[in-house]
Amino acid sequence: MSHTVFKPATLVTLLVLAVLACVPLAAHLADQPFYLAFFARIMIYAIAASALNLALGYGGLVSLGHALFLGIGAYSVAIPAFHGIDNGWLHLLCCVVVCGVVGLVTGAVSLRTTGIGFIMITLAFAQMGYFVFVSLKQYGGDDGTTIAATSKFFGADLGQAGTVYWVALVLLVLVLWWMARLRVAPFGMVLRGARQNPRRINAIGLRSVRYQLAAYVLSAVLCGVAGMLLANLTGFASPSTMTWMISGDLIVMIVLGGIGTVFGPLLGALAFLGLEEVLKMVTEYWMAVFGLAIVLIGVLGKAGIAGLLDGLASRRPASAPAKRAAPAAVTISKPVGEQA
Amino acid sequence: MTMSLLFTQLLNGLQLGVLLFLLAAGLTLVFGIMSFVNLAHGSLYMLGAYFAASAYAYTESFGLALLAGVGGCVVLGFLLERLAISRLYRRDHLDHVLTTFGMVLFFNELVRIVWGPQPYFLPVPAFLENTVDLLGISYPSYRFAIIVVGLLVAFGAHLLMHKTRLGMLIRAGAVNPAMVGALGVDIKLLNALLFALGAALAGLAGVMAAPILSIQSGMGEPVLITTLVVIVIGGIGSISGAFYAALIVGVADTLGRAFLPTLLREVASREVANAAGPALASMLVYVLMALVLAVRPQGLFPAGRS
Repeated sequence: MSHTVFKPATLVTLLVLAVLACVPLAAHLADQPFYLAFFARIMIYAIAASALNLALGYGGLVSLGHALFLGIGAYSVAIPAFHGIDNGWLHLLCCVVVCGVVGLVTGAVSLRTTGIGFIMITLAFAQMGYFVFVSLKQYGGDDGTTIAATSKFFGADLGQAGTVYWVALVLLVLVLWWMARLRVAPFGMVLRGARQNPRRINAIGLRSVRYQLAAYVLSAVLCGVAGMLLANLTGFASPSTMTWMISGDLIVMIVLGGIGTVFGPLLGALAFLGLEEVLKMVTEYWMAVFGLAIVLIGVLGKAGIAGLLDGLASRRPASAPAKRAAPAAVTISKPVGEQA
Repeated sequence: MTMSLLFTQLLNGLQLGVLLFLLAAGLTLVFGIMSFVNLAHGSLYMLGAYFAASAYAYTESFGLALLAGVGGCVVLGFLLERLAISRLYRRDHLDHVLTTFGMVLFFNELVRIVWGPQPYFLPVPAFLENTVDLLGISYPSYRFAIIVVGLLVAFGAHLLMHKTRLGMLIRAGAVNPAMVGALGVDIKLLNALLFALGAALAGLAGVMAAPILSIQSGMGEPVLITTLVVIVIGGIGSISGAFYAALIVGVADTLGRAFLPTLLREVASREVANAAGPALASMLVYVLMALVLAVRPQGLFPAGRS
């Protein structure tokens, strides 16, 4: 692992994390609490994007429905809180169990298909969840619900912007560390192998679908935890968290940052939400500029920020990211051979 | 009374079904033949409605509005295919999702810039304002006209695919595009034409739905997702599959919304029924899709090709 420490993307990430650790103090000194909430949101989306990157980047599973888990995480705070339960551990238990079960069921059904089918099915499942929460009128339905009692852990209240900020930062560091380990761990190797060629993974006696399902469920649970933090940060849960636009945003963050890389999701979330904020200041119609930018990223290719940074340092700029991107291109469009 | 209500709802379901078919037909061909994921198909539907509304505002003629909606979408579809989408066929699905997602954001904002945030309305043409009498039940002429037009287009699409040279080339291109290209057919032009044809159908659906719905930014997304369900149920790349699945989904969705809450009240308490009824009704088509996938991942009517 020591050789990766000196890669530019790693250095930039460490720098970003160091800056993030200084934000609370700076926001306090400048008396600008907005920035605390803003950077907390970036970190939470970075966690969610890292979670999706596990399925999408490592596993090659193009899920267009991960907002579902973000929303379930949010509601696993909102619904107990509505009934007066503010125990954070119960919220967490609720989130992990529901996301795990929903991830297992939807993952098992979705993984019966590949390619376009998989994309559309994950999208449809997310939409199904969206409609369930829209029709839950007692929890606000379409309008969502304000969270009266935010999660409490050992007396610490996640509803406090400062607390949720530090929890998000610590969790983000843990997630990045875990993702770096998982990438080279046997599980991650099998997963990445299955993305490149599921038939060969099956042929050496490993059921690729099982590994993909495990990655999908882990990714769902982690995304749910990000949703929990988001609900505590905003004090609000609404079905709009589950729209497919949010799922799309998560994918854009990953591709922007560098798909399948460890630090890409963080850099992508930072660039995405930062750009959004800047464009909002410049023009009322920022979405049109943003949309065009996404189209350009899609058409021109996808080394991502992490790939670009690493490319700047090496003499053959395109080689590393291209190697990563090309096999994905082959496998995602290939049908999975069911027989080993 | 209930029978006539059931019949009316069945017709409403059929009407939704043919609209879904118009969207699904173009999309399933692009999915199946070019293996391209097009999330921007709903935007073409939306723009078709806007083009028609603008043309109507100038000319007060529904015919010209229809022409503007469909024609505008053909031109736009052709340009989109040539400028951006044709560059992506060889790339993986993630790039397709990313690019067309960006297009959705762009077009939603574009119509807000050009037409403003307020919704537009397109009136029903004068000669279709009345009702028709179907077996003793009066039904709005306009909705009936949608059903007729949809069925005619379905029949036309069938003829196009199976009786014409263009349809033969499209089917051949689906099996082996390189070979079709080697035989001297301009496969690029063929793909662009196919995409424009899909765009025309999406525009037609948008224009026909406009008098029933309000025309506003983002109107394409809910219908796009239902269309994706139709395509998955029908089998990707299959026009006849899209047709049957569109009718199944349209009827199931309409009947579910109309009768499921009432039916639940028969078996469960009023509170439970009121809470679960609408939820179940809006989930119905997705449950249907999950069931189809669990049993037949290739869809109910997969395209018959190796």
